Order: sequence, then structure tokens, then C-alpha cells
Amino acid sequence: MQDVKDTSDPRASNKPGGEQQQQQAGGPPQPPQPNPGPSRQQALPYGIVGAGLKEVTRRVPEDEPPPLPENAKLKSIGKPVSRLDGIEKVTGKARYTFDVQLPGMLWAKWVASPHPHARIKSIDTSAAERYPGVRAIHIPERILSTAQLRDPKAEQGNRYPTVRYAGQPVAAVAADTPRAAEAAVKLIKVEYEPLPHVSQLEEAMKENAPRVFPGPTEQPATAGGGGAPPGLPQKGNVRGPDNKPRGMGPRGDVNKGLSESEVVIEAEYRTQVQTHVPMEPHGLVADWKDDGLTLYASTQFVTSVREDAAELFDLPKSKVRVISDFTGGGFGAKYGIGNYGLLAIHLSRKAGAPVRMILDRREEHVSGGNRPNSIQRLKLGAKRDGSLVALQVQAYGTGGVAGGAGVGFCHSTLYECPNVLVEQYDVFTNAGPCAAFRAPGQVQGIFALEQTIDELAERLKMDPLALRGKLDVSGTDDCLARAQERKVGAERAGWNKRRPAGSDKGPIKRGLGFAQSQWLYLVQPSTACEVRVSGDGSVEAFSSTQDIGTGTRTILAQVVAEEFGLRAEDIGSHIGDSRYPMGPASGGSRVTSSLTPAARNAAYRCARELAARLAPVFKANAENIVFADGKVMVKGKAGSAMPFREAVKKAGFEEISQRAERRDDYEGYLFKTPDMALSRHGIGGVQFAEVAVDTETGIVKVERVVAVHDCGRPINPKLTESQIYGGVIQGVSYALYEERHLDAASGQQLNANVDQYKILGSRETPRIEVILLEQLGAQSSTDARGVAEPANVATAAAVANAFYNATGKRIRTLPMTPANVLAALRG
Amino acid sequence: MAPPDDDSVPKPLLPQLSRRAFFKGAGASALSATLAPSAHAADPSPPVLGPEPAPLTLSINGRTVTVQADPATTLAELVRNHLGLTGTKIGCDRGACSACTVWLDGEVAASCMTLAFDARGRKVTTIEGLAKGEALHPVQRAFVENDAMQCGFCTPGMVMSCAALVDRNPKCTLDDVKQAVSGHLCRCGTYPNVFKATLAAAQGGGKAKGNT
Ligand code: FES
Ligand code: FES
Repeated sequence: MQDVKDTSDPRASNKPGGEQQQQQAGGPPQPPQPNPGPSRQQALPYGIVGAGLKEVTRRVPEDEPPPLPENAKLKSIGKPVSRLDGIEKVTGKARYTFDVQLPGMLWAKWVASPHPHARIKSIDTSAAERYPGVRAIHIPERILSTAQLRDPKAEQGNRYPTVRYAGQPVAAVAADTPRAAEAAVKLIKVEYEPLPHVSQLEEAMKENAPRVFPGPTEQPATAGGGGAPPGLPQKGNVRGPDNKPRGMGPRGDVNKGLSESEVVIEAEYRTQVQTHVPMEPHGLVADWKDDGLTLYASTQFVTSVREDAAELFDLPKSKVRVISDFTGGGFGAKYGIGNYGLLAIHLSRKAGAPVRMILDRREEHVSGGNRPNSIQRLKLGAKRDGSLVALQVQAYGTGGVAGGAGVGFCHSTLYECPNVLVEQYDVFTNAGPCAAFRAPGQVQGIFALEQTIDELAERLKMDPLALRGKLDVSGTDDCLARAQERKVGAERAGWNKRRPAGSDKGPIKRGLGFAQSQWLYLVQPSTACEVRVSGDGSVEAFSSTQDIGTGTRTILAQVVAEEFGLRAEDIGSHIGDSRYPMGPASGGSRVTSSLTPAARNAAYRCARELAARLAPVFKANAENIVFADGKVMVKGKAGSAMPFREAVKKAGFEEISQRAERRDDYEGYLFKTPDMALSRHGIGGVQFAEVAVDTETGIVKVERVVAVHDCGRPINPKLTESQIYGGVIQGVSYALYEERHLDAASGQQLNANVDQYKILGSRETPRIEVILLEQLGAQSSTDARGVAEPANVATAAAVANAFYNATGKRIRTLPMTPANVLAALRG
Repeated sequence: MAPPDDDSVPKPLLPQLSRRAFFKGAGASALSATLAPSAHAADPSPPVLGPEPAPLTLSINGRTVTVQADPATTLAELVRNHLGLTGTKIGCDRGACSACTVWLDGEVAASCMTLAFDARGRKVTTIEGLAKGEALHPVQRAFVENDAMQCGFCTPGMVMSCAALVDRNPKCTLDDVKQAVSGHLCRCGTYPNVFKATLAAAQGGGKAKGNT
């Protein structure tokens, strides 16, 4: 989630996942009372394991299972279990949407506009229709994934949607073969009336710049974040300011604060547009039948695909089934049906056959989403003792034809500061729409903020670590975790051997830097899970949630296995089907925090029911039946142990099943809707980076990263470590290499492929050391939280701070390409 | 990954084949990479084929298969769309990501840059053919044990390259592994575990040691 924003306006809430109810004015709403209904006072372990666990007492719903001890005392949870679907992945059996091949399936391809801004005068599809093998053609009547005109009448009279970016789909063909579809799209004749366009951020901000939209717009949010609050002023292409990051208005009086400051740090930072480049592009296979629509979707949120399809095609949800066995990455951009899905469904309905519409690599780069760029101006005022007095941020960014180019919420939440004003502006350009991207906004914001804090430390001759210790004092769980992380990380990274900035005499200069990460601890309260035990002793778990690479099947199985004394491998773990109980979105780092408590609650209830069924078999009370090490036994009587399956068979039932929900966090939330709840605690980490800067060539190498992170209770440290590797690698890639290049004259992306859009590869992978805290927050029946986003938040900032330590120069522009590096060194 | 860009040996251009890669404007190095393997498969006076589908017989994963394919069909398309072997992925379709890596006579090749007709007479191994029945290749097992995958979309290609390396050089070093997967793009960032897994498979001498 980018900013937790006010989207109470109905115009902005057409995406259920993104709705948040909050008052437009009047500050943060009253936190709702958690878990109404019967409850008990429960003592729970609280704190960081190995660094002083204590006990807290909280009100816990009556039907929640007893609290779990720390991982060392558990058998399945917290263990480095290998991915349950690993064998399918290494043998090629894992079936992605990309691989779905249905009988009679047609291949779809779209016509992309070559113009960045145009009115379409006519579309002649007659020649394409006659092309052998063509089965259906569709011209979209609307375009998704873009900001919408507040007043749709502003473009009344246009027959077709206005083209606002080069690569926008104009029409689509479904044909028997990919070849026929490719050939047929070339036969579609489109007559365009080109309009003036603007694709560069600063150009678009000018008063006389061509207008991307003829009037003010609204940008619906997705469950993955992004979007922008409704009703903001818009002047030309500039929409904003949004100055209420995280639902909090400006704090104090920044001007007064700055005037009272003893030190003021002022600087401008720039970050680039980054494209998501999931290895499996966006795509969908639609199978429209009279009795219902089946969609195979490469998605981060099965539910959002079903909701979009039901809404846009006016179908009851019961007639839409979404299947997502495997998703080949998403990183925030894969929500809803998208234009490809919209077209695939139309084509399938017209052709009466399944249709596969999957973007090719160029289309993916151009239209699949991106992280907006930014120009950020920061003014930080502090006292000589380091305490912050005022922070002012003005940020402009462009997400192309979509809004959501903010710079996160770190300014209001990471450090104690009485006067904060953050003004974030969206600037529309004729470029493909942005989408949530692994900690949207926050990555850009932290890049600038953490360098500014380092600069302050330098100015005050303070150790940057010590200064953080002084400022990061909110007392939330993430703040407590970071204190520990700074300590452990500094030891591992060798912080005490850090030299003064620019110490190396030769052309290659080495340095060490660090930065802090913070992200939201989010929960999806609508999450449910069903657990079944069959008469033969099989145990299965069901959730509609999907796996984009994090290992959802595995953690689900681990949690269920714990309750039955089984191994994760023994559990049938079923996800990725909208027919299962609603699961969370794989976005906002919320799967594990949402799913595992629901799964444990269901498994616990199911295990207790099973115990009741087994009690007569063991001639014991149900409370005394225990499940451990693959066996059932009576408490205290090892001799009674019977293998699990054997015991279940003796109970003589066909099936028992229990379903449970994700209950509220025991402490409650800052706010909650059915789709999203936000804790006052966060998640985060600290990262240390060692870099080598070649001051002659401008080439930067990241040699080592120490990443210390918290995610509540890690359910599977092996999979968690993988995600942290991934976050760091994407962060280094963003810091050093990635940048979308748009040609200002044509509005076309010049590097819309993976040979010219440089992404970090094996040779540039730094040595990465992951240290994971186990932090029990006493909030849910598993106490698990997320990790995907925080792992990506601090990296670029840590690399930049290391760059300064190496060279004595600030690098304020990303990516750190030789040109930008040499410019920074000259500066 | 693909054979080196070696222009010293003149190669027949086989103009009678519809070179999809050529018309799609692939870069020069990618093009010569495509042409390299075709040199020894070329018949001195091959019959003119295309653009219509023509019969094609190939050896894939030890099976001989005959399919009708137009001569522009890449090997990646053929195994996926004609034979339903969808373990081989297509990430870029232009020789830049290695998701489509298969073996031709035991050597890695980008199947998106190889015309299916150029694979005639060569033994094609795809990810589906790597395990011997239920027995995984040591690299496959090590990938699972060391979690050398996240979303898994790049994984079949990675496995093919790492398995080729370990088979060829059981004493491979970290640098060798980095080199072997240098053409592979993994957006999820699994490289550290790919290195760990491949070295574990190599050190296990065919019996990979995992960490669980
Ligand atoms: S698909 Fe063949 S190299 Fe990318
Ligand atoms: S595992 Fe997702 S691309 Fe490599």
C-alpha cells in the first residue's frame, strides 16, 4: 500500500480491495473496538526472541487457540521446510496462466496505438475479419488501469476511448493460431487524429503543456496500493497536493519549526521510472460458457479478478470462477482483469471459445505498470542535539496516465518530528499507467529521507546509527525491532570499522552505509480458511489466495500441520481458486499476516473436533487427546500412541470440516474495513551496504548487503530469506541500473525489452547476508507479519549512503549509472 | 548460454527458410547465434519449405515425434504449443532472458532463438526430460532443498543451465555458476540460492546435500 488514504468518496471506491473508510476531514478516526463477542484475558509472550521475551495480557476471542510459544518449541511452524510445490517448479510441471492450453483455445493479440495521444476517427476491421483463422475481433469501449475523468462528458462524442499513451490497446483479435492473430492485427486499419503530447515529468508540469486529460480526474486504488485520494485539485496535468499521507494531516507548523531550527538540511532528489518486468507477463485465459465464466489469471488477487469480471460483465459472482495455480511474479502490478482480461473475456464471449491473451515483453513494459519517478524537495530542520524540529517535503512524480506517484508515508511515521508537511503531486504524462510496485512510494521516499538524515548526522558530527537511535522512538513494535536490528546489523556489517567519507586514495573508493526500512503491518480481515479431515486421515486446507512466489502453499500447510502434529508435506494445501474461502491479496505484505491466523484457527477447531471423535477410540476425554509427531495419543500415556491415519480411520467418519476467519488483532487496529486493516505497529528492517565506486568510469558495484529484518513470527525462515534476497536484489537493481527511457518526440519507450532495460543479473548480485528477528507481538493466533516490501524499501538508500561514505559526495539522482555518478562526483 | 558470436566461419544462410528471428529484427549477435547450430544440420540442397506447415520429425526427451509446423516455428513454440511441454518458458522471445533454455545434444540453447527445423537430427532435452522418471537430477533436488526459486517462472531455464554445468564440470566454482546463469533473468532475485544449490549439487557428486 502506498499511502493509506482517504477514499471514502464513492467515485474512488470501485475497487473493493482499495476502499478505506475514513472521514475526509477531522483527523484519524476512532479505532474500532476489536473482536466483539465472548473473550478471555490471555497471557501471551511478547518481545524479540533472544532479546528479552516478556508476557503481556490481552483480550483474546474465546474461540481462538492458546498462544504459540516461540518457534524453537514448535515442530512445523518456524522450520525451514522446503517449498511444497518446489518439485513442480523444477520439473516444469507447475502450470502458470502462460501455460494454460484448453481445447479449442484461441490466441489473442491487440493493436497498440503508435501515437502517445490521439483521437481515433475510425477503425476498419473488415480485412482482419476475412483473414483465415480469425474468430473474433473486439474494440474496447473503455480502458482500464488509468485515471478516469471526473466528468465523463468532457469527452462526449468520441466514438472510441482517447489514446493517451503509445502502446494503449485499440482493438484485439482472437484467432486459431498465434501467427494468424499476429497477421490479422496488422490488417486492422485505424485512422488517428494525433493530439499534442507530453511524456516528460517537468515538461508536463508547465502551465502550457499539452493536457493528458481534458479535465480533472480520479484514480481508483487497487488492493495493491497506488491510486490517489479523491477530490484533489487538478491544474493542467498536476493533481494535488495530497498532504495527508497515511490519513494523517499535516502536523504542527513547518514554517515556524524551520525558523526555530538550528540546522537546516535542504536538498532535491530524483528517482526514475522502473518497470515491474515480472517474468510471466500479465495475462488471462477466458473461457466464456453459457453457464459461467472461467478465468485463468496470472494475478496477485484472485478475488479482484472475480470482482472486476462480475462488475464489468454484469455477472453474479457465482458465475465467475478464477483459477490461479501459479503466478510468475507480480510485484504489485497484477490486480484485477486489466485491459488484456477485458479483451479476452469479450473475445471469448464473441467466439464461443476460450481465449488466451497474454502480453508480450514489449507490451508488458509499456502497459503492464511501473513505479513512478519523483522529484523530491526536502527541508529538514533540527536542533544541535539531533532532535528534529521540522520536515517539509514537496514531491512531484508521474505515473503516466495513472495517479499514485507519491513518495510514501515515512516522513510522518519513521522519526519523531513535531512539524511535518508533505505535499505530493501526481503529474499526468502520455505514458503507460503506473501500478503499485513493492512498497509503492516508500522506496522513493526513503531514498531521499534516509540520505537527508545521514546528511544531518554528518553536519552534526554524529554517528548515523546513533542519530537513528535518538529519533526512532515511537515505541511501536517495528521501532523496537529496528533498535535491535541496528545493533545486530552493525556488528555483522563491521560498522565500527567504518572509515570517514572518501578515505580511499585511489580511483576505486569503497564505503559502508546503512538505511532503515519501514512498512505497514496490514491485515485483510475478510480472510477465511477451511480445514478438512477425511475419514482416511487426509488433512487439507483451502484458501482462494494465490502464490506469486512467496511460498503461500507451504506456510499454509505448516500452520495446519502444527495443530495435527503432522509434517507440512502431509497436508493437502489448496489455493488459487475463487471457490475456496476468501484469501488475502498478495500485496501490501499481507498474505502471511492474514492467512496464517485464519488457518490456525480453522485447524485448531478441526483438530478439537477430531479429538472429540477420537475420544471414544482412545477411551479418554477429548481434552486429553493430543496430536504429535504424526501420532495421536492420550496426554501423558506414550503407550497409547497410534499413527495419525490409523487412528482417524478408527473414528469412522467420512469428513469433518471447519472454517475460521482472521480475527482482529488483539490490540485492535488504527482502522479497518472488510478488505484492509492497518495496525498502529509496522514492519521493517535495517540494511547495510558496502559499495565500490570507480571514480574514473562511474561504475558502482554493490559488494555486500547485510539485511536485518523483522516480520513478526517467521513461519518459514528459508522462504522468508528468499524474499529478503529478492527485495535486496530488486533494490540494488533499482539503485544502479533500471530506468525506463521514453523518447520525448514520439512518446515511445526506447528500451521496452530485457536486453536494453538493464536488470541486475548473476554477476552483479552482491553477497547478501540475511538476519531475521523473531518478534512476537501478541496480536494474533500466529503473530506472523509480512516481509516482502520492507526488504525492498531500504536498499537504494543504503547504497546511496554507502556511496557517500565511499566518495564524500552525495548521489541524489537514481539510477547510479556512470553518467549520474560522474555528475555527482563533479558536483 | 548461446554459442559465442563467432563470425570467422562462414555459415550458410538457408534463405529458403522463413527466418522469423531475422524479420523480427533480432540483433546481429543473436542472429549469428541462431545460425551457428544450423550449419551442421543443413542439407547441401534442402527442399524449399514454407510458408505452409510441413512435417517435421524431432527427438525430444528420448522420444521421436513428428509434427506439422510452419518453418518459422521456433523450438520454444514447438515444444510448448505443438507438444504441450509447457515447462519451457518464453520470457522475452528474443534471446535475452534464457527462460526458454533447453539442451541440444546436451548443450544449452535458447529455444526461442532456435528454429524447430534446425533441431532436426539433434537430441532435444527439455525440463520435462531432465529427471529420470521419479529420480530428479541432482540440480533439481538441490534447487528444491535450497529454495532456488520463488515464483518459479525462470526456474526451468535456470535448472537446465545449472544441470548442464554440473554434468560438464562437477568441480565448478561460484564463478562458473555465475557465468552459467549470467544470461538468465530472475526478477524475483533467486540468484544467491541458485548459486548455493548448484554448488551443493556439484559437491554432492550427483547426490545433492540440502540444508533441511
Ligand atoms: S525467451 Fe528465449 S531467451 Fe528469453
Ligand atoms: S523465480 Fe521468479 S523470476 Fe526467477
